[in-house]
Amino acid sequence: MNVIVCAKVIPASSVTIEIDPATKCMVRKGVPHELDPAAASALEEGLRLVEKHGGAVTVLTMGIGDATVGIRNALAMGATSAIHLFDDALAGSDTLGTAKALAAAIKKEPFDLVICASEASDSYSGVVAGQIAQLLGIVPLTFAKEIAVDGKKINIKRQSETGYDVVEAELPALVSVTSGINEPRYPQLKGIMAAKKKEIKKYTAADLGLGPDQVGASGAREKVLTVGRPPARQAGKKITDEGDGGKQIANFLAELKII
Amino acid sequence: MDFNLTQEQQQIREEIRRVCGEFRDAYWRDIDKKRDYPDAFVRRLTELGWLAALIPEEYGGSGLGITEASIILEEINRSGGSATVCHAQMYTMGTLLRHGSEEQKRRYLPKIAGGELRLQAFGVTEPNAGSETTRIETTASRRGDRYVIHGQKIFISRVLQSDLMLLLARTTPYDELKDKTQGLSVFIVDLREAKGKIEVKPLDLMINHHTNALFIDGLEVPAENLLGQEGVGFRYIIDGWNAERILVAAEAIGDGRWFVERAAKYANERIVFGRPIGANQGIQFPIAQAYARIEAADLVRFQAATKFDRKERCGAEANMAKLLASEAAWEAANACLTTHGGYGFAAEYDVERKFRETRLLTVAPVSNNLVLAYLAQHVLGMPKSY
Repeated sequence: MNVIVCAKVIPASSVTIEIDPATKCMVRKGVPHELDPAAASALEEGLRLVEKHGGAVTVLTMGIGDATVGIRNALAMGATSAIHLFDDALAGSDTLGTAKALAAAIKKEPFDLVICASEASDSYSGVVAGQIAQLLGIVPLTFAKEIAVDGKKINIKRQSETGYDVVEAELPALVSVTSGINEPRYPQLKGIMAAKKKEIKKYTAADLGLGPDQVGASGAREKVLTVGRPPARQAGKKITDEGDGGKQIANFLAELKII
Repeated sequence: MDFNLTQEQQQIREEIRRVCGEFRDAYWRDIDKKRDYPDAFVRRLTELGWLAALIPEEYGGSGLGITEASIILEEINRSGGSATVCHAQMYTMGTLLRHGSEEQKRRYLPKIAGGELRLQAFGVTEPNAGSETTRIETTASRRGDRYVIHGQKIFISRVLQSDLMLLLARTTPYDELKDKTQGLSVFIVDLREAKGKIEVKPLDLMINHHTNALFIDGLEVPAENLLGQEGVGFRYIIDGWNAERILVAAEAIGDGRWFVERAAKYANERIVFGRPIGANQGIQFPIAQAYARIEAADLVRFQAATKFDRKERCGAEANMAKLLASEAAWEAANACLTTHGGYGFAAEYDVERKFRETRLLTVAPVSNNLVLAYLAQHVLGMPKSY
């Protein structure tokens, strides 16, 4: 089976995120990058499926030049090949523009399954996976905490607030995975060495047939109006135990509908 | 002149750092306390291929250079661990690789790369020879298709954790030699088949080093396990020294960075007399000095590693890197211990453990005095002083 994993490369966890006041976008240039841990989980799932059923995993990333660090990491983990959507014309795309670019790249490849993280660990929009499925005309299976493939059928356990739902579909399909679905493997040293020799295809917006009305800042229909800090947390409630501390805590939790 | 690591070298550094991050201070502290072997750590590194970095790809390794290998070992020590527990798995095979027959390489190297066989022991040092390797007394006598070995060895590390050991033994009596560097040979000893013929006595040291005294009595080794030619074993051993010195230098740099980072952190956090102790020049200057010395030693280490990987002569640089790095690490260790005051002696701060461990690097695998003697004689042209 051919699996395409949409993998975002994000500023490294050691970086303090800054917002450019002019564009209201995250500052990505000039900071170290890494493969998003959420994307690493998606990739891990793809690798496991291919190890079991045979086939290939292609990792697909849209991002600046520094994203190659994360792409190489994905290849070192075991991805067969990679596609990098790399073009200034794509910078500033909103979620729909991003989904259009990713979907257009996916259409160029044979695929049975697309795997995405439920949301990226830097911007947390959580909508791109659904948009890609819509644009490709395939079924989105979301919040998977377990995936099983049997022939042309795919079966997932969909995480819910109280447990999980079992959802089944025909391939081709798209699955978004929860971050806890697995523990991504560390690359083997041999994998790091092999990654150097693997192909990274590069596409521009023009290669994907996308113009400035569809992608990039000019094509974005979503506008960030303001960016601000979340309000400071309110002072907590202090309960002094004078014999009825337990009862007071229980009442407090009941007020919050926690118990 | 480019002082930057390549993207691949940087990736190696980040990945090994991530793996080492799984094994935190408490893991190493516990291993040290119990005088245990960090088996889980060594297994993890082996399964991810890190200890096969120097084995060529055709024998199942990654075929990397000393530069990359040194980054791996540096990061282990920088993480708070101790690369001495496994560095020999990385480079002892170098003697086999350079001087073994194709058949020997095909038989052993892929299994060493895959972790199926551990080769971490190299039996060279003897109680009556010390640094004067050409005076070793362990003998190997040819008997038909076998060699029979008798003798004693001391400070032979990780024999109990290895499947294979390389062993240096005398095949021609010292008095019969014109060239005293001849007459020694290297053998591949399968420790699993040596039971009853090698008595292993672990030595109780100030550090957890898994080292032993060996008493060899009638050990029979098949003649096919002779490495290279008979009588030129000393040359084979010398060939491995530069690599070892560079790698040990990198471990010392890793230690040094650990000490400096811990010392600076503690100096910033510890408040006495209403301000961080790091605000005092008496505290901050020794840390800054140690930092500068480590950075300087690091440049010589990378110069030595680069020359080694280009197959250029690097004896001077490899020796200087080992000398400067081990001394810089020891200076950093002292600065770190002083900064921590009484807490530096408490096991839970890990400073005392690393302090003990890094002291070894000024003495082994070669004493820094002998490094100075080498530089004086072979680089500066002064008379032999010993």
